[in-house]
Amino acid sequence: MTTIHQRKFVSGDPAKCVGCCVCEYACSMEREKTYNPTKSRIRVVRLNPFVNLAVACRLCEDAPCVAACPRDALEQSQETGVIMIDDDKCNGCGWCIEACDYGAIQLHPETKKVYVCNLCDGEPKCVEWCPEEALEFTTKDILAQKARVAIVKKLFQEALKAPT
Amino acid sequence: MSYAGRILHVDLETGKTELEPLKEEMAKKYIGGIGLGMRLFLDNSKAGVDPFSPKNPLVFATGPLSGTMAPSAGNSYAVASKSPLTEGIAESKAHGFFGAELKRAGYDAVVIKGRSEKLVYLWIDDDSVQLMDAQHLKLKSPHETEKAIREELGDFYIRVSAIGEAGEKLVRTASIINDEFRAIGRTGMGAVMGSKNLKAVAVRGTNDVNVANPEEFTEFVRMIHERMKGPATRKYRTLGTPENVLVLNALAALPTRNFTQVTFEGAEKVSGEYLNERYIKKIIGCATCGMRCDHIGMVPEGPFKGATARVEFECLWALGPNCGVDRLDAIIEAIYQCDYYGMDGISAGVIVSFAMDCYENGLLTKKDTDGLDLRFGNAEAMVEMVKRMGSRKGSLGDILAEGTMRAAEKLGKGAVKYANHIKGLELPGYALRTLKTAALGFAVSFRGACHLRSGAYSPDVKGKVDRLKIEAGRGKIVMSGEDLYNVVDSLILCKFSRGVFYEGLEEMAKYYTLATGIAMTAEELRQAGERINNLARVINIREGKGTREYDQLPPKITSVPVPDEGFVKGAVVSQKEFDIGLDDYYQVRGWTREGIPTVEKLKELGSSDLIPIVKKKIRSQTSKKKRKGGK
Repeated sequence: MTTIHQRKFVSGDPAKCVGCCVCEYACSMEREKTYNPTKSRIRVVRLNPFVNLAVACRLCEDAPCVAACPRDALEQSQETGVIMIDDDKCNGCGWCIEACDYGAIQLHPETKKVYVCNLCDGEPKCVEWCPEEALEFTTKDILAQKARVAIVKKLFQEALKAPT
Repeated sequence: MSYAGRILHVDLETGKTELEPLKEEMAKKYIGGIGLGMRLFLDNSKAGVDPFSPKNPLVFATGPLSGTMAPSAGNSYAVASKSPLTEGIAESKAHGFFGAELKRAGYDAVVIKGRSEKLVYLWIDDDSVQLMDAQHLKLKSPHETEKAIREELGDFYIRVSAIGEAGEKLVRTASIINDEFRAIGRTGMGAVMGSKNLKAVAVRGTNDVNVANPEEFTEFVRMIHERMKGPATRKYRTLGTPENVLVLNALAALPTRNFTQVTFEGAEKVSGEYLNERYIKKIIGCATCGMRCDHIGMVPEGPFKGATARVEFECLWALGPNCGVDRLDAIIEAIYQCDYYGMDGISAGVIVSFAMDCYENGLLTKKDTDGLDLRFGNAEAMVEMVKRMGSRKGSLGDILAEGTMRAAEKLGKGAVKYANHIKGLELPGYALRTLKTAALGFAVSFRGACHLRSGAYSPDVKGKVDRLKIEAGRGKIVMSGEDLYNVVDSLILCKFSRGVFYEGLEEMAKYYTLATGIAMTAEELRQAGERINNLARVINIREGKGTREYDQLPPKITSVPVPDEGFVKGAVVSQKEFDIGLDDYYQVRGWTREGIPTVEKLKELGSSDLIPIVKKKIRSQTSKKKRKGGK
């Protein structure tokens, strides 16, 4: 069993995302063998030219989508944190969709069951394809660490330039 | 098979819709985009139709790669019709997100005819097609319209292609804009849309788009993605096309003050370098594209604070150096206003510079301009004139909204001397007296003055030819550029990505086959490009605009010597050398001396169905000659 600290997920960096949706196309081809953003597990939101971000499942601890399912169709993998869906049990009622703050779990246009990112079994295709390296397959701890290093670098950029 | 296999016909008068299957023969012969669009225009219109008549069809066409993951081609669409500027064939392309959505809705093309009684928008929701009331959207900008439609239909992912006030008011240079910054810019398609009382086309497409060979197609796309990170797209990813400002200025090829000079003393201040350092806030991308080229500029301070626009060389040049303006804040504001009213930025700039030239030369006075001091370099006046034109405000705004050619005719007093257009379409930003292959290419372009119909400026700028003269051989350069660009615009590949096809047509043919499953060789594809050029020419001939007398350059280029000091001083394109170029071009095209495609040529291209149109013309030309000879 792993903890939330060790679980990697797909994180998008709004500073780098250009809203190109390449991730959506890569996802639908990998998982659905077709090009169709409405079947992608990751979706891009462009609010204006300066605000772009791709959003996928955050692998929440005690995932609210799982708790919300009245038919026990959803289960969170103890190993990876991925939300697993039992299509036989899911009837598309959408409680999980309401429970998710990120719009990451969606109703499939054809099967009428819900679907969500499964990290492509550890090698997310969206991350591989992202032309801007705006997507990262990483843990929350590493994200925090990177942010700290970046801000300290910024604060001390003059000192860093000085010869040691 | 990445074609949708369906063409949608919409009659705005009756609200009736009809579906027509796309035949494989048609698909292979005309590819998609401008090829398919122009063919559908021909098949659905009669000779001599008025551009603003309900009978003039407005064709939206996707490409064979639209809706797939193909970078730069997966997101595109084209529009074809009869141009209110040239009264000949019109076509224009745009990228962004709209084209992919239209393909996913299940259409290779939408042919729109008729005129709605009231302002409406077309709502295509997969198979459901409806006309929706748009009276509350009257005079809204394309972007405001997009936001309002998404809001009222309740779906954030709906894509919209719309016109603004300029289109509604039949400003002849009006554009159609999708996804905030992407324009069907040239040839006045927004005015045709406005004449139909059609405010917008809104689309939601949820269908799969499949390719014939997904594994190999994906690998091909991966290769293109990798190449897009390399040298072929460097310019577009870094400074963007405004890099051209200093390059062309150094070559004495930057048209300045309505094509009077060829260098601009304020070039540094409107350069790509200056722009990126001070104004560009973010570079974003279209759907499926890994290049990301959209340089979004924002004015940080001053009278135009907050103005936001996508800044490319052409509009920057047209509203900047071409108007003698060296202030980027005003240029960004003017581009924003062009997008707001829905107007082609190139044409808008060249029309304003025409008016400035008339003002400086005493043909227009302050009385005519309603008090505006329309001198070259007056940035505020330039912005104000753009706004007046977009809304047909004031008598001069109303006249200029007709385009340079018609405005010059209306003003009289020799104003045609200052009118820089070919066939009625305003010139883009290349100095034709010092880039003479470009001069030939622009002149023969079927949609009027255009750098993107052949890319004929490229051999001049790159020093592959002597750019200060026209000689035999230039015809072939122009022709191969045209045929290639016809393919590019029918596959609707973004021209910024043309360099990533290291093997040119060979790779484009492979791309096509992997997506559509239809066998295609490089030679077949080249021939399709040639066929499409001949098709466009024949349409122009049908409209009485396709012969030699229309392939001519403006007076500034042919009779006013370059005044700038240096090796280019005194340069003009003389009629004599220009005629050498035209003869050479017609000959390699297999056309008559008058520029009419021959029966043999059309047969060779498998376009026998077009022969009746040219036969009539050739007959009338020969009888005219005979009559002349008899005198």
